[in-house]
Amino acid sequence: MTPIIEARDVVLSFGETPALRGASLAAERGEILAIMGPSGSGKTTLLHCLAGILVPASGEIRFDGQRVDTLNEARRSTLRRERFGFVFQFGQLIPELTAEENVAMPLLLAGVRRAPALARARPWFERLDIAGLEGRRSGELSGGQAQRVALARAMVGEPEVLFADEPTGSLDSLTGEQVMNLLVASAQEQGTTVVLVTHEARVAAYADRDVTVRDGKVFAPAPERVAS
Amino acid sequence: MSVPLTLLGLLERRPSHGYDLKRDYDAFFGRGKPLPFGQVYSTLGRLARDGKVVIGEVGPGEGPDRKRYVITDVGATEVDTWLTEPVDPEPHLQTVLFAKVVLALMLGRSAENYLDTQRAAHLQRMRELTEIKRTGGLVDALLADHGLFHLEADLRWIETTVARLDALAKEVGL
Repeated sequence: MTPIIEARDVVLSFGETPALRGASLAAERGEILAIMGPSGSGKTTLLHCLAGILVPASGEIRFDGQRVDTLNEARRSTLRRERFGFVFQFGQLIPELTAEENVAMPLLLAGVRRAPALARARPWFERLDIAGLEGRRSGELSGGQAQRVALARAMVGEPEVLFADEPTGSLDSLTGEQVMNLLVASAQEQGTTVVLVTHEARVAAYADRDVTVRDGKVFAPAPERVAS
Repeated sequence: MSVPLTLLGLLERRPSHGYDLKRDYDAFFGRGKPLPFGQVYSTLGRLARDGKVVIGEVGPGEGPDRKRYVITDVGATEVDTWLTEPVDPEPHLQTVLFAKVVLALMLGRSAENYLDTQRAAHLQRMRELTEIKRTGGLVDALLADHGLFHLEADLRWIETTVARLDALAKEVGL
């Protein structure tokens, strides 16, 4: 089966500092994959390469079998907008917009008219247990509420791959747990592949599988052994 | 898990027959490892011998389950003490993990490979416990949380140890 998203021998440096030194990984359709690793190991850089935000100096990024790293910025931007969803550590909501306008934003950017975009955004508030907060702005939301709005915004366009970078990093453990439960449930319902960057084992434990990035390379756990 | 103290605690709620105690123990504390009837009655026998429970009214019929056990003041004091005193916070300095890492280094084997394998096993168990939390009730979730936090602490130790293996190898004389 062709992986939905794949990195092959990816190399990238920031100036003189190498960030990725031949990183490879692949996620299957519908899989929840955790990328772990210590600070500065390259895990966020790898996520940004997979998502077409950064372009590697060498190696390949493939989405559904097609090269992403060879696309120009405009086409990568379209890919990100139409096929991917994103959740970051701090919700990064647009403060001037209401919560429901934030959730509808990917649809508006994709050319959906305002009324149908908002109509598609609203059910997510019920689904993520934040009904009643539709009209609030980000400054009027708690961290957990803002992160649920960010999750709704990431999922409203029914992305094929959801990239989540430390999605619970700014939350207390119970709130983080609620966000992860909702993230996993939403992804499973829609068959969305999730690439989850985290340094927390408790968050990685929500994934089907984990890999570790160390010094810019990906290490996968040894295959399970069969008792003889 | 102290079976005698847990049974005593259950008896402090209300006097009970052995069967009821076993049922409640299995429901709240057994977690897939039911308490054998024999252990229930032998424990109750020891508690009675030590004056921590007495046998109350005896129902009709034969067998140990006719007996209804009642906690005494001595038993209630013991439960109270147990529930208010903290468990010794053990530093776990001599755990199996630690011993394996040091021995691997001493024997010239790859401690890093061992730690990676151990890490994968820990994460697999954490995934199982997380699934229990996601699909089970609150009691299951609390127990799973206890396991998850301990496994997470082990994992932090594993990560830190991986980063210190070279220094550790020098320390143990390699």
